[in-house]
Amino acid sequence: MREIHTDQLTETVARLCIESNYYLGEDVVAALRASREREVSPVGREVLDQILENAEIARERQMPLCQDCGLTVIFLELGQDVHIVGGDLNEALAVGVRRGYQEGYLRKSVVDKPFSARINTKDNTPPVVHLTMVPGDQLKITVAPKGGGSENMSQLAMLKPADGRSGVVQFVVEAVRKAGANPCPPVIVGVGIGGSAEKTMWLAKYALLREVGRPHPDPEVADLEAEILERVNRLGIGPQGFGGLTTALAVHVETFPCHIASLPVAVNLQCHSARHKEAVL
Amino acid sequence: MKLTTPLTEEMVAQLRAGDKVTITGTIYVARDAAHKRMVAALDAGEPLPFDPRGQIIYYMGPAPAKPGEPIGSAGPTTSGRMDPYAPRLMEVGLKGMIGKGNRSKAVREAMQKYKAVYLAAIGGAGALIAKSIKKAEVVAYEDLGAEALRRLEVEEFPAIVVNDIYGGDAYEQGVKQYSRE
Repeated sequence: MREIHTDQLTETVARLCIESNYYLGEDVVAALRASREREVSPVGREVLDQILENAEIARERQMPLCQDCGLTVIFLELGQDVHIVGGDLNEALAVGVRRGYQEGYLRKSVVDKPFSARINTKDNTPPVVHLTMVPGDQLKITVAPKGGGSENMSQLAMLKPADGRSGVVQFVVEAVRKAGANPCPPVIVGVGIGGSAEKTMWLAKYALLREVGRPHPDPEVADLEAEILERVNRLGIGPQGFGGLTTALAVHVETFPCHIASLPVAVNLQCHSARHKEAVL
Repeated sequence: MKLTTPLTEEMVAQLRAGDKVTITGTIYVARDAAHKRMVAALDAGEPLPFDPRGQIIYYMGPAPAKPGEPIGSAGPTTSGRMDPYAPRLMEVGLKGMIGKGNRSKAVREAMQKYKAVYLAAIGGAGALIAKSIKKAEVVAYEDLGAEALRRLEVEEFPAIVVNDIYGGDAYEQGVKQYSRE
């Protein structure tokens, strides 16, 4: 049994909170540059230039890409041969978030009493934690801060199995259309298909962690991704909604088997400030 | 076009959906919680913490300023959440709003009625936008933290006119032009 101390977790989470908010991934930058080359709308091209310039400024000046430093979503893939020592795992993660958001001058955007007083917790805790047990003796930590503007455009549908592939395509395209300029396009479209209601929503979020534009390994799923991307980019919404060819940089689909009566589909939109950083302990 | 604040009826009348503008002068910052309080104050017959006539409200909640900086990242938030409050503020003289994303029909109608404009800043370009903000101070509702009511001094703050006073909508125009459905 390999031991990992909670102090190491705290330190890693604090660092990843800051790094994810300051440094846009190279995959996102490459996708933005490629779309800049293809974009025909003059305003759209200008918006993409400004988004790329913003990423450079954030990196140079060590400041967050976006003032919305997100709700902190943490994915843990915990090897079953790891023993966490030194204290409470959840507390260690929360302390890491608190420290990262304080030391990194990140905005604290979390409120408690969500349907009533809405009191800011002042340290961006608690994080939303998704724990998966995996074989092995390592712990993979992914910190994915998620902004409110794009998260608010999430959609879930329990389709009829008869709706099939075309029903899925239509639902996802309509979700992006309805979102319009709100989720800060160009977006990355995370799609979950199958499982249960909560599982498919989880899949849609998890899909956003994939390297931008890398197709799903299953050709049938990759084909679906390509069709949805094509349809979404025909909507004309464009960068920041001012019109153009680049409404989405990529569509990522993840699937899971589901009940014979069900066809759950979830959409989780990711703004162009697609932030996530990972570390393996 | 270069705009200076406060906005006049004449300046607002010149703007058309899709125009690129820069703003120099004083603008105010408020988002969800501050709007709720401002409209509650108006409903109670109390004055607002600032005179809204001719002013612009920027829908934004900044990241904390690092030492020596006026402000942290400072890009726009989604404007639609302020739709329930916006017409009430235009009624008492607000002339401009800056945010991102679509407005409701009621807000667009109120803009035509009260001669006010809605501008968009580039969402997610908070580090870039911060460079045009020279000074920031909390005016009211300090307990709201990032959501407090602020006053900014801005120079050449970049924005695009989304809704003008004639019913023009840059989002609708853009989609119409580039849709290939």
